[in-house]
Parts: sequence; structure tokens; C-alpha cells
Amino acid sequence: MTREELPNLAESKLTALVVDDNFVNQSIHQKLLARLGIQNDVVCNGKEAVDAHCSGRNYDLILMDMDMPIMNGIQATKRLREMGIESKIAGVTTRANEGEKKEFMEAGLNDFQEKPLTISKLLSILHKLDFYVQT
Amino acid sequence: MNTIVVAQLQRQFQDYMVSLYQQGYLDNQFTELRKLQDEGSPDFVAEVVSLFFDDCAKLINDMSISLERPDHVDFKQVDSGVHQLKGSSSSVGARRVKNVCIAFKECCDVQNREGCLRCLQQVDYEYKMLKTKLQDLFNLEQQILQAGGTIPQVDIN
Repeated sequence: MTREELPNLAESKLTALVVDDNFVNQSIHQKLLARLGIQNDVVCNGKEAVDAHCSGRNYDLILMDMDMPIMNGIQATKRLREMGIESKIAGVTTRANEGEKKEFMEAGLNDFQEKPLTISKLLSILHKLDFYVQT
Repeated sequence: MNTIVVAQLQRQFQDYMVSLYQQGYLDNQFTELRKLQDEGSPDFVAEVVSLFFDDCAKLINDMSISLERPDHVDFKQVDSGVHQLKGSSSSVGARRVKNVCIAFKECCDVQNREGCLRCLQQVDYEYKMLKTKLQDLFNLEQQILQAGGTIPQVDIN
């Protein structure tokens, strides 16, 4: 897909939260979202994600890493669902054996993608979660 | 603009880039990173790989400390470091570094300290080698731009 063919979702005013403790991944995921016109914030672990929501912030999409210090992705996803947060949460992790994936999904994810994230994978997430209709 | 010089530099850049993939330093994820670079963020790739190399240095140092004492190795901490490094290297397309991390994890899993130390040495070598190679690549990019040319798209396939 060339740059010219990438959808621009800026008009839809979607917002996203990147939850990842790794600065390299934070940078890449934020850039991927920005490239598609999606405004985004970033936090470094699950607890910060929960705190952000407790302070009143809300997002259409959350990209949730699994392995993070203080509060991991599974714990954070469960907590957000307990709080009644209905945002779409996509798990993004390098851990991909079936057991780990199942545990993460059961915590309350709407979708799961294996890292590294690419434009294609992000579009797949957005399409699956009905944020984007592929033409 | 000296078109002959630009063409030569562009050819040099293309050949060098292809060689990095052929020699296994980079994989397709690096191509994906380059796609994200644009006029608004012309140094995006250089900035991300710089973060990656900082990450490497820190994680390798931390793991080195964990592996120092033969009678008191914190394999859980080492495993955590390897996991982080594998993730970062995978995200930037640092194929050789990632491959060493795979072997490193296996040594951690069986608590093989000697194996871990060898992998640590290898991953240190590979990231520093990649850092040098990418610096050369970015220097070529700068030369092209300073000569008035544009950075060519490189078809790795």
C-alpha cells in the first residue's frame, strides 16, 4: 500500500491510547496511528492506563501491550472492563503462544495482534473493530 | 545539482541497503519503518533506531550485572531483559540482534549461565555492528540530500 493509498481517518476524530513500557514501540505505534490521522496519547504501563481513565480521559481504541511493570496488560484490561470502560482494546504483544493469547483475550480484549505492528496490522485492527471500512 | 554525483550516490545507497538485508542485518520490519518517514518527520527512522540502540546498551548492561556472580544469577531478570530486547529488535527490523535473542532466551530457560554470557557478548557485538552500518546508511542519505538529490525507494524483493 503506497502512502497515497493510506486512509486518512482524521475526519472520524478517532482517539487512541498506546500502552507500552518500551520507548521504541511507543514511538512506532504512535507514528502508525498518526499516519492514519488518529490522535493518540501514550502511557508506560497498565496502571497509568487505568489512572488516565480514572482522571476522566477516554479513547476509542487502546493498543495494550502485555508485559509491563507495575500492572501488566492482562491486569489492566480486566481493571478497565471492571470500571465499565467500553473502549475497543487490542492486545499487541510478542507473546503469541495459544495459552497466553487466550488468557489475554479472556481479560476483555476485542482483538489481538502479534508484534511488530505494521500499517497493515493496524488497519486490520481498525477494520475488525469497525473503525474503518476497507474499499 | 551534479546529476552524475547524485546518481552515483543513489546507486551506492541502494546497493548498501540491499546488502544489509542480504547479510541478515535487517528484515522487512525496517522497510515498514521507512514507510512511516515523511516530510513531517524526516528523521523518524534515525530517531527510532537511536532509541533502540540506547535500549540495547541499557538492557545489556543490566543483564551483565545479573549474570556477573556465578552463584547468584537472577535468570528472571535476564529473561525479562532478553524479552525486551527481542521485542525492540523485532520492532525495528534488527534481524541478527533478534535472532541472538531467540538463542539467548533458550539459554535463560535452562538457566545456562555460560550460554547466556556467550549470547550477551554476541548481542552486544551485533547491535554495535548494526549501529555502525546504519550510521553509514544515514550518512549516505545525507550526502544524497546535500547533493540535491532524493532518497531512492529500495525494492528489497
